[in-house]
Amino acid sequence: MLAQLIVSGLAAGSLYGIMALGLILIYKTTHILNFGQGDMAMFSTFIALLLFRTYGVPLPAALGGALVTGILLGVVVDRGLLRWAKNAPVTSLFIATLGIGMILQAIALWMGLIDARPFPYALRGPPLFIGDVVLRQHDLLVFGVALTVSLLFFLVFKFTKVGIAMRATSQNRRAAQLMGINVGRIGTWSWALGLGTGAIAGCLVAPIVFLDLTSMVFVMIKAIAAAVLGGFTSLPGAVVGGLLLGVIENLFSGYMPPAIAPLKTTFVFTLIILVLVFRPHGLLGERSVGGH
Amino acid sequence: MKRPIFWAVVIVLLAMAPFVLRSYNLYLLNLAAVKIIAAIGLALLTGYTGQLSIGHAGFLAIGAYGTALLAQHFGLPFWVGIPVAGFISGLAGFILLIPALRLTAIYLAIATLAFGTAVAEALPRWAAVTGGYQGMRVPRASFFGINVQNDVAMYYLALAMTVLLLLVARNIVRSRVGRAFVAIRDKSMAAQACGVSLAKYKALAFFVSALYAGLAGGLYAHVVGYISPAEFGLAKSIDLFIMIALGGMASLPGPVLGALFLTYLPHWLSGFRGLQSIIYGASLIGVVVFMPFGIWGFVRKWTAPDKVQSLPKPLRAAVAFVRGGGGA
Repeated sequence: MLAQLIVSGLAAGSLYGIMALGLILIYKTTHILNFGQGDMAMFSTFIALLLFRTYGVPLPAALGGALVTGILLGVVVDRGLLRWAKNAPVTSLFIATLGIGMILQAIALWMGLIDARPFPYALRGPPLFIGDVVLRQHDLLVFGVALTVSLLFFLVFKFTKVGIAMRATSQNRRAAQLMGINVGRIGTWSWALGLGTGAIAGCLVAPIVFLDLTSMVFVMIKAIAAAVLGGFTSLPGAVVGGLLLGVIENLFSGYMPPAIAPLKTTFVFTLIILVLVFRPHGLLGERSVGGH
Repeated sequence: MKRPIFWAVVIVLLAMAPFVLRSYNLYLLNLAAVKIIAAIGLALLTGYTGQLSIGHAGFLAIGAYGTALLAQHFGLPFWVGIPVAGFISGLAGFILLIPALRLTAIYLAIATLAFGTAVAEALPRWAAVTGGYQGMRVPRASFFGINVQNDVAMYYLALAMTVLLLLVARNIVRSRVGRAFVAIRDKSMAAQACGVSLAKYKALAFFVSALYAGLAGGLYAHVVGYISPAEFGLAKSIDLFIMIALGGMASLPGPVLGALFLTYLPHWLSGFRGLQSIIYGASLIGVVVFMPFGIWGFVRKWTAPDKVQSLPKPLRAAVAFVRGGGGA
C-alpha cells in the first residue's frame, strides 16, 4: 500500500515537475509568471488530438506536432506580443499572459473542443508488477520523459551557448547585455522551450484526466505550487518540489479518512506555507537580497 | 478635498441614478460597488504595500457567509451584520501575516493562493453551516421593520459604503500609515532603518485589506441574496488582481476604473456569442500593451500639464473643472 501510493505519487509528481520546469524557465529569464501556461499546454495538446483523430496522423507524429505547436506558440507570444509591452511592469505582463490564455481557450472551443475528450495513451499495455506494486506503462513513460527532459535541461544549461546565456540573463540582465548577449532573443528561446515543455506535460497529462478547456489549469496551479516549494528560481528544485508534492498529496488522500481526504489540496498548500516560513526561498531556491 | 464642486456633482448624479436607471442597471452598479470596494482593499495591500495576494476571494467569502450566517442565526440586521462580518474577515487577514512577515513576491502569492484555496475547499464541505455546494439564501435585509431587499435601497447602501470606504482609503494613503506602506513596498530595509515597524504596518495592511474585502463580501451577500461556494474560487481572486493591475495599482482611481471595466466589459460582450472571450482576452492584452501602467496611469499621462496645454479648449476646460483649480 505504502509503496504503491509512493510510486503513483511519483508519477503524478513527475508531471507537476515537467510543467514547473517550463514555468520556471520563462520566469528565470523574463521574470514573468506565465499564468497562461495551462491554457497554452492545453492548446498544444489539443492540436495533437486534432492531428491524430481528425487527420489520421500517426500518434508519434501528432505528439511531435504538439511539441512544435508549443515552441511556435512561444515564439509568437514573445515576438508578437510581449515585445510590444516591454515597458509594462511584470504584474501587467502577468495579466497579458492570462489574456493570451483566454484567447487560446476561445480558439480551441471554436475548433471543436467543447467537452472533455479522451486522449490516447502513447504506451498502452499490460501493467508491470514489481512485488505488490502495480506500475502502468504510462507511468513508466512519464518517468522516462521526466528524466529525459531534466537531463536535457541540465545539458542545455551546462554546455550550450544558449543555455549559458540564459543563466547569465537570469542572474543579471544588464550585465548579460553588456557581455553581448542578445537578451531579447534569449527571452524568445525561453518562451519557446518553456511552452514546448508545457506541451510535453500536456500530452502526458491528457490521457489521465481527459482533455478539456480547463483540465490543464489545475495541473498548472499544482506546478506553480511545486515550483515554489522547490524554490522558484531553481530548475532541480522544480523537479524535487513536483515529486514531493505528488507523493505527499497521494499519501494524504490514501491514508486519511474519506471525510478529510478531498481536502488534499488545502493540506498540501498548508504544508508548503509551513516549509516556506522556515525556508522563505523554497527548498533549493537562491537567496536574493531584496528579491524581485 | 480640493475639488469639492466636481465631487459634489458626481455624488449628486450618482444619487439620482435610481430615478433614471432601470432595476437591472442598478443591480449591475451594485455589483460594481462590491468589486470597487474589494479592489480598493486589494490595492491598499498589493499596490501600496507591495504584498501580492491572489487569495482575496477567501476574504470575500468570509464576509459574505459571515453576514448571511449572522443574519440567519442571530437575526442581526444588515447594518450590524456587514460591519461585524467585515471585522471578522479583517481578523482573518492576520492569518496571512505569518507567511507575509517571512515571504516576498511569488512565495507570498502562493501562500495567499493557499489561503484562498483552503476557504474555497472548506466551504462546500462544511455543509451543515454553509449549505454545501448548493449555497445558501441570505435572509432579507430590513431596516427597522421596513423591507429594503430591493435594488434601489441596496444601491444607496452600496453608494454610501463605496464613498465612505473610498474616503477612508484616501485618508489612510495620505497619512503616515500610507507613507509607511509605500516605504515598505519600495524598500523594506530602508523603511525599517527609518523606524517603520514592518510587523506593525504589514499587519495593518493585511487587516485593512481583508476588512475591505469582507465588507465587499457582506454587501455582495445582500445585493444578490444568494451565495454559493463557486463564486469565491480562484477565478474571483484573479479577477480582483486583474482589476487593480488594469486600473493602475498604486492609486485609488485605478482600482475603481478597473472594477468598472471588469463589471461592464463582460456585460457588453454578452452579445458576441463565441467571440466573447477572444475580445475579453484581447482587451486585457491591449490595455497592457497600450497602457503599461494601467488605465489610471494612461489618464494621468494624458492629463499631465504639458499635454493639457495642447488639448482643444472644451477638453481643457473639462480637465480644469475636474481638477477644481487645486491641482492633483
